[in-house]
Amino acid sequence: MDQTVLTDAPEITASVKLRRVIRKIFSNRAEKINRTKIGNAGIFFFLGLFGIYSALPLFLTIMQAFKPLNEFFLYPPRYIPRQPTAENFRMLLSLMSTTWVPFSRYVFNTVFITICGTLGHVLVASLAAYPLAKHKFPGAKFIFSLVVTSLMFHSTVTDVVNYITMSTLRWVDTYLAVIVPAFQSVMGVFLMRQFMTQIPDSLLESARIDGASEYRTFWSIIMPQVKPAWLTLAILEFQNLWRLSGSNYIYREELKTLPYAMSQIVAGGIIRAGAGAAATVILMAVPIIFFILAQTQILQTMASSGIKE
Amino acid sequence: MQTAVQQARPAKKKLKFSQRFKNRLHDMKEYRASYVMISPFILLFSLFTILPVVLSIILSFTYYNVLEFPRWTGWSNYRRLFIDDEVFLLAVKNTFVYAVITGPLSYVLCLLFAWVVNELPGKLKAVMTFVFYAPSISNAFLIWTILFSGDMYGYANSFLLRLGIISDPVQWLSTQSYMMPIFIVVALWLSLGTAFLAMRAGFNTIDKQYFEAAAVDGIKNRWQELWYITLPMMAPHLMFSAVLQITGAFSAGAVGNALFGFPSTGYATHTIMNHLADYSGIRYERGYAAAIATLLFIVMVGTNKGVQRLIRKVGA
Repeated sequence: MDQTVLTDAPEITASVKLRRVIRKIFSNRAEKINRTKIGNAGIFFFLGLFGIYSALPLFLTIMQAFKPLNEFFLYPPRYIPRQPTAENFRMLLSLMSTTWVPFSRYVFNTVFITICGTLGHVLVASLAAYPLAKHKFPGAKFIFSLVVTSLMFHSTVTDVVNYITMSTLRWVDTYLAVIVPAFQSVMGVFLMRQFMTQIPDSLLESARIDGASEYRTFWSIIMPQVKPAWLTLAILEFQNLWRLSGSNYIYREELKTLPYAMSQIVAGGIIRAGAGAAATVILMAVPIIFFILAQTQILQTMASSGIKE
Repeated sequence: MQTAVQQARPAKKKLKFSQRFKNRLHDMKEYRASYVMISPFILLFSLFTILPVVLSIILSFTYYNVLEFPRWTGWSNYRRLFIDDEVFLLAVKNTFVYAVITGPLSYVLCLLFAWVVNELPGKLKAVMTFVFYAPSISNAFLIWTILFSGDMYGYANSFLLRLGIISDPVQWLSTQSYMMPIFIVVALWLSLGTAFLAMRAGFNTIDKQYFEAAAVDGIKNRWQELWYITLPMMAPHLMFSAVLQITGAFSAGAVGNALFGFPSTGYATHTIMNHLADYSGIRYERGYAAAIATLLFIVMVGTNKGVQRLIRKVGA
């Protein structure tokens, strides 16, 4: 008796919820100003169509990772494995132990580079964004215009000269060559500056009256206020560094990253198709999970991201 | 801090140069903390972004092979690019075809999806935002090589074979006429990134009152609402997203390498970025590479500035 109640209850609420959502979409919306039912239907059709275009390849990637080896080369191909298995992930593990450099080293490299680069970036960008947003010091406008202009070209343009810089600094084949340039990524400075501009000046004024120094104001008034922004900066930079598969400045095998090692596994040919798919899924899962957790804060930050003339 | 500075300075228009200079210096002293805080960024930014852009321009007029000191050669790198280097001209063509299609299209997709997703109720909104954004962070090109695999196990081939449309498997990723379209389809799949999020957030910022007021004033449907109210109000977001999508459209390269290998068959998807990486990283002709980088820089910044001028006209 008790059991039936327990199992039935969530089902009912779920279906009720679903019905409520559907009703919301199709009826409530039409009551809103300037919204017609036909228009809504058209928009949902369009949304569904492109939703499939967007989601299907990712879905198939995940399916691929759980496919047993004997289902890989069938004609016609089986999109969804009939007997899903975690065998590919196990195979990935055993392949990892056969690499020349211990696999844990690749994992360490990527994690180390990502964490150091992200932390440094958030700190450097926030420190720069605060005066750009709130102080009218001579040169502020000029520096900000340089930042905006830098958004307009890709950093590859700077690679030729940066190689010379790196070798002059003797940073080639060190972590520094990958981590330090990440600190100055302009996207972070831009987003942070735009977000900080919204903080009311009165808040800063009262801090000054209380005798807080600028550094103090930055650290204990501003930084807690812009939590969504630094979370966003961290996640965007994390995404960049996490997918870093190689660099013009890294040649030693011991310093190579996880995506590089994974790509070597994928390149291993037909027998490794399963392990390759498993590797792809693991690599993509991490940034995706972080995004899901931080979506609200990211959108909050993006709300202030506009470029005013 | 600001008010103190303003009071200290006499509000006169005509000041002697020495006085102006003194005021300036006074300001800068007053703002010492600002300079201290911004200095780490300025230092790194100058070293890794500004200096390289400037030096690239200078290097582009030299012959430089890493081993010897650069030797001044005038315009010869540029002459070689436009007259002798057929692969570069092909790369320019490919880059422009790709950019002209994916740039505007991905921009419009970002805008449309952001708009439509914004009309959804709560939870569904978050889910659909995630669905559209996820490909751009997934880095999962692998599935596309399976979809367009050249054997009959490839999803596209097996599907068409069973329908009887083709009788032999098609080599999608190495047949020149299919390569660019596939490149673009995959690029669009990946293109709903930060710009999409910015637009999504942009739609959120607009106060509902404006729509009610507009309905009273005679806005009849959602399209008019979009064009006359929403878009002008989120012009700054449109601008920011445009910058991201244009820069992205011109920096295609890595995706192509993952799908078609490097170099691609018949250079069918060879882009300026590929050409740059080739001469800088593989052939070590860094002077020549600097010329390519300089051109790419000019094209990217130029296009961005041009498009910004267009966007200012939205809703006007």
